[in-house]
Amino acid sequence: MAATLSPPRILPSGDSAITVEFSRNIDDTANQRVLALDRTLANEPVSGVTETVPTYRSLLVHYDPLEIDFDTLGEKLTALAQLPVPPATKARRWRIPVSYGGEHGIDLEDVAKALNTTPDDIVARHVAGDYRVAMIGFTPGWSYLSGLEKFLHLPRRQNPRLLTPAGTISIGGVQTGVQCLAGPSGWHLLGRTPVKTYQLHRDPIFLLEPGDSVTFSVVDAKTFVEQECAAEAGEIVAELITS
Amino acid sequence: MSKLVISAIGPASSIQDGGRHGAQRYGLTPSGAMDRLALAASNCLVGNELFAAAVEIGPFGAAFTARGGAVRLALAGAPRSADIAGSAVASDTSMTLADGETLTLGFARGGSFSYLAIEGGVAGERMFGSLAVNARAGLGSPYPRPLQAGDELQVAAASSAAARRVDLPAAVEGPIRVVMGPQDDEFGEDAKKLLLESEWKISTTSDRMGYRLEGPVIKHLHGHNIVSDGTVNGSIQVPGNGAPIVLMPDRGTTGGYPKIATVITADLGRFAQIPAARGFRFKAVSMAQAQEEARKFAALLRTLPDRLRAIESFDLNIEALRDANVAGAAVSAVDAGTWQIPSADMLVQD
Repeated sequence: MAATLSPPRILPSGDSAITVEFSRNIDDTANQRVLALDRTLANEPVSGVTETVPTYRSLLVHYDPLEIDFDTLGEKLTALAQLPVPPATKARRWRIPVSYGGEHGIDLEDVAKALNTTPDDIVARHVAGDYRVAMIGFTPGWSYLSGLEKFLHLPRRQNPRLLTPAGTISIGGVQTGVQCLAGPSGWHLLGRTPVKTYQLHRDPIFLLEPGDSVTFSVVDAKTFVEQECAAEAGEIVAELITS
Repeated sequence: MSKLVISAIGPASSIQDGGRHGAQRYGLTPSGAMDRLALAASNCLVGNELFAAAVEIGPFGAAFTARGGAVRLALAGAPRSADIAGSAVASDTSMTLADGETLTLGFARGGSFSYLAIEGGVAGERMFGSLAVNARAGLGSPYPRPLQAGDELQVAAASSAAARRVDLPAAVEGPIRVVMGPQDDEFGEDAKKLLLESEWKISTTSDRMGYRLEGPVIKHLHGHNIVSDGTVNGSIQVPGNGAPIVLMPDRGTTGGYPKIATVITADLGRFAQIPAARGFRFKAVSMAQAQEEARKFAALLRTLPDRLRAIESFDLNIEALRDANVAGAAVSAVDAGTWQIPSADMLVQD
């Protein structure tokens, strides 16, 4: 490990937020540093910081300019970001059931064709992955996972779909994702999970945290329907496999 | 309790407050009022907390009827005609609607959003500390969707407080001020110059998620895809077609288009009120200037209660007359047909 970590770029996002950028690319080391800085700010709050939003390669830090100015906060964040990355606290590990293919994963066949293999091979590869929640964004609970096997890297669709179902499990570029609400998407749809990563009137409302580990398991369409009912009633359905 | 019944209302109207904060890390956008000063002014007039929930009324007309008792209200924001039983009432004043009476509002002229505050606020269940409607996430109370005719708000019975007006400073004119970045280095000097030196118009396909701009094409240096990062209210993102979109309170929390500049906090409400037909310009300011303006804006909000004045019939008539004669028939920025309909380029995932 280098003695000193490189300084991040401190970018202005208007007068009330700073983007602390560690990389311009999807980069696991950068994401570790993003999550580490996020933890540091949670453990030792900096006065004036109101909210943080971790993403793949940067941490967006919202602040109150009446409490702290851009230069002062920028210097603080630069210093904090260069502290050695502490070993991540033992991450929670989730197992998320997925019904692959058919009406639940309408792109599975096409993805297999594009990658010169069989749908079963795509499922076997996707379900074998060990993923980490790199960020949650776009719409409530939309969890972007890093750790997708290189074989499954595929450019996004030329024409994004305006509506894809709730619970969609998809791949796009070097990422895979768990989508909670129905909405537009340009990714390839492999399956659906009954798990709701965002559900009002459930404790917790948001299931996944940035940094959590995620694996998938295959369920058949019948189990999917049963679990979907249970999830509707407020059950978490996903399995917490280590604590 | 009294009731305020929504007798008629157009699209783009919903309950909004100061927004919900703290869950952007889970993809939950803040929502909240498009014009915070107007929300605060309306609340201040009826003695509420400045960012209490009020009715955000889009560009079309609306009518509200008191049932079960009198209701004390105040209207602020976009100029529009307003009357109770045929007598004009002015913007930026409080009023009492007697049981059975109806407040009728016309189309917004020279702006988009008005705020109708209700004494004692709106009764509802807060989620993440807010009643603000975010229809996509199923949030907002008492209705997690835009308001419709027939909806009813449970409200406090009117107090006997005297009618008041709030003496707001003259509207700021001039360009919408921006701080460059965070991704201005994704654009060449000519593109930045084009942003700052062109006249822009707001497209009628705008909504509470984002305002699309019409003007010259802004070209990227290295293509239009970046790795997603966080967004703020006022982020000016440039998608592949080169037509900038200014992100508004219902924005996605992250986005994958380069953001060339960001509208300063003090100008967000003023920007939200720009009508579609009216040209406007941007102007870059330094971070120090932007933060000085943010402090001034906060001070203005803080001192709103000092700007309350007793109302005299003379004031009322002049104000009503002025509001009834606002020049121009500008088309609003928010079009009924596009309200809340997602579009692929505003919703890019990463």
